[in-house]
Amino acid sequence: MESVLTPLVSTKEKTSGAKALIKSLIAEKVNIVFGYPGGAIMPVYDALFDFQTEVHHVLTRHEQGAVHAAQGFARATGEVGVVLATSGPGATNLITGIADAMVDSTPLVCITGQVGSQLLGSDAFQETDIISISMPVTKWNFQVTKAEELPEAIAKAFYIAKSGRPGPVLIDITKDAQFQDFEFSYSPCRTIRSYQPIPSLNLNQVKAAADLINLAQKPFVLFGQGVILGNAEQEFKSFIEKTGIPAAWTILGLSALPTEHPLNVGMLGMHGNYGPNKLTNECDVLIAIGMRFDDRVTGNLEKYAKQARIIHLDIDPAEINKNVKVEIPVLGDCKETLSELTKHVLLKSHREWLEKFRVLNAIEAEQVVKDELSPVEGPLKMGEVVDQINQITDGDAVLVTDVGQHQMMACRYTRFNQSKSNITSGGLGTMGFCLPAAIGAKLGAPSREVIAVIGDGGFQMTIQELGTVFQTQAAIKIVILNNNFLGMVRQWQQLFFDKRYSSTELMNPDFIKIGEGYGIKGATVEKREDLSNALKAMFAHEGSYLLEVKVGKEDNVFPMVPSGASVSDIRLA
Amino acid sequence: MIQSFTISIFSENSIGLLHRITSIFTKRHLSIESLNTSESEQESVFRFTVVVKAEEELVQKIVKQIEKQVEVIQAVYHLDEETVFQEIALYKLSTEKASENNLVERLIRDSHARILSMEPEYMIIEKTGHKEETQELLEFLRPLGLKEFVRSGRVSVIRPKIELQKER
Ligand SMILES: Cc1ncc(C[n+]2csc(CCOP(=O)(O)OP(=O)(O)O)c2C)c(N)n1
Repeated sequence: MESVLTPLVSTKEKTSGAKALIKSLIAEKVNIVFGYPGGAIMPVYDALFDFQTEVHHVLTRHEQGAVHAAQGFARATGEVGVVLATSGPGATNLITGIADAMVDSTPLVCITGQVGSQLLGSDAFQETDIISISMPVTKWNFQVTKAEELPEAIAKAFYIAKSGRPGPVLIDITKDAQFQDFEFSYSPCRTIRSYQPIPSLNLNQVKAAADLINLAQKPFVLFGQGVILGNAEQEFKSFIEKTGIPAAWTILGLSALPTEHPLNVGMLGMHGNYGPNKLTNECDVLIAIGMRFDDRVTGNLEKYAKQARIIHLDIDPAEINKNVKVEIPVLGDCKETLSELTKHVLLKSHREWLEKFRVLNAIEAEQVVKDELSPVEGPLKMGEVVDQINQITDGDAVLVTDVGQHQMMACRYTRFNQSKSNITSGGLGTMGFCLPAAIGAKLGAPSREVIAVIGDGGFQMTIQELGTVFQTQAAIKIVILNNNFLGMVRQWQQLFFDKRYSSTELMNPDFIKIGEGYGIKGATVEKREDLSNALKAMFAHEGSYLLEVKVGKEDNVFPMVPSGASVSDIRLA
Repeated sequence: MIQSFTISIFSENSIGLLHRITSIFTKRHLSIESLNTSESEQESVFRFTVVVKAEEELVQKIVKQIEKQVEVIQAVYHLDEETVFQEIALYKLSTEKASENNLVERLIRDSHARILSMEPEYMIIEKTGHKEETQELLEFLRPLGLKEFVRSGRVSVIRPKIELQKER
């Protein structure tokens, strides 16, 4: 290992702050950045011009698109997504994406230009206090006002963004610091005195957890994104296979375990599966792994798993006892804690218990899934579209979704064979996420098929990023599930607001023509008998493609745990 | 049960950290009773003392969120009994009014306050103590020509020696 003191990159020549930034990014092995230029970041863009072979810049059409694209890139690759924006409106346009990355633990380094340091605090043109604005939604942020502070700030930014529980970091650089010349040297950050990213493994916690698991009659595992972020898919699989415990995923845990794995019992939460939701209130030991008991997962906390003794594996101590009372916390990186735990648990199978999930899922299949995946009449359904996509891609594609009914349908019915294949906005539920995130995912994983499943509402929230698809030639397959409604809100209006459809019906443009304007081939499909061929044509096409599927206007997503209800009060209709 | 807690935070000296810390209280809709910050016994390690009235469970969660901040070395919370704490209060009185009333001098003596400054127009009294004590003196002085009053945030040290888990 190279010494912390030996700079990785060092040059006696004077370098400008802007050039130093690019060199620092290169030292961090960044070869793609997403952004949008402007006055206060111009020196950086000027420096980029000299490094076009090393760092590829993707010009999005809005800064929000740039952050979402960087998120898609980070989630598909497991690397840090990098964003550039100018000061003022450029910086504030990043906020939604940064907040989204914060709740979903996505590693990002966002770099914003700032007015000259002599102008700070003077309400100068395009000055906003982005440090204060972004503080509650960043893991860390820092303002650079002198060029020589820059290498250390960038090194810390990357270290903080990707270590421990990952998250977004923002570095704001004044314009004068971008111009200043200094002697540049760069060494990556490996430790910060006040920051302990990974709690040290406590064997007593592991053994106590193992004892409880070994005694359990009806143990149940809930897994979240922590498994993916910890690169612990293999350790996770070994753990559930040895203990024979049924496992259910949160929306961000999806794809950490192959869908077809015999111990995978489905999705938790508001629109999750019948079995896992019901049986949460019957298990005796609940083992939560890298998930944070979001209210969309738990429903009413007063009635959540009260009978169960709870074990919680997490890297973030602040998650323990945050929402549910935990009996045994197991702190640490779950790659390490899971492999240690697996050593101490007994080889078991819980056949009868597992069978209970199967029985409930069979009820769901009969009452909900059958009609959703293979309807024989009426307008096209979202579920059957997702199911047919599955049949073509065979579980190998990266699925990117927006927010709404289509998101729940896509997450419920898509099958996955490999990890890092489901990219969606979970915690913030940001409409407009999908299109730019799909671009980022495709640029990060060019050899994989990337499918963007979007509602007609969410598509129009960042529709301008079709321009980015056009310019980057990112070969994404866009499937708009068009129900002419803000479907998810309409569903709630139907169920809980007496069908008063206040401002949820959309007058939509001709999406295909818009696509054509951007040089993106497309088609519309409305009839069941045309669906399969339309999908095949889309996948056969080499470049990007836009398929609009007209689906039932007033279809609903079921099962559903009404908000405020207990997970065991999940409704099938 | 709502109780008074003192939260002690040890941190790096970093611009904006105060904002990060207070926004954690804001998010949970908890008001801060008092706040003080200064350098600690160790060079470059800063100490924040925050007083809140809340349920212990909430304080626990807030302390974990504070500890999670990159620049925070350690955060702990204690009940009032577990700490030795003081506040300082300054009272500005009209000298004329105060000398009309010979009560004032005795009051000052009895309450272990002291006169910091005596000018022809005004006098300044200083008292350290718990909030109840400085408040009591305030109530006494209010009708006797009190012109200004100010109370500092709590400073507090922990009774049992706490071992900081991380080197600071
Ligand atoms: C930025 C943003 N604004 C509002 C919402 C609230 N919201 C959640 S789902 C939804 C409707 C989505 O409609 P559409 O994109 O057409 O998808 P569908 O539900 O019909 O599949 C809305 C408005 C949100 N999640 N994000």
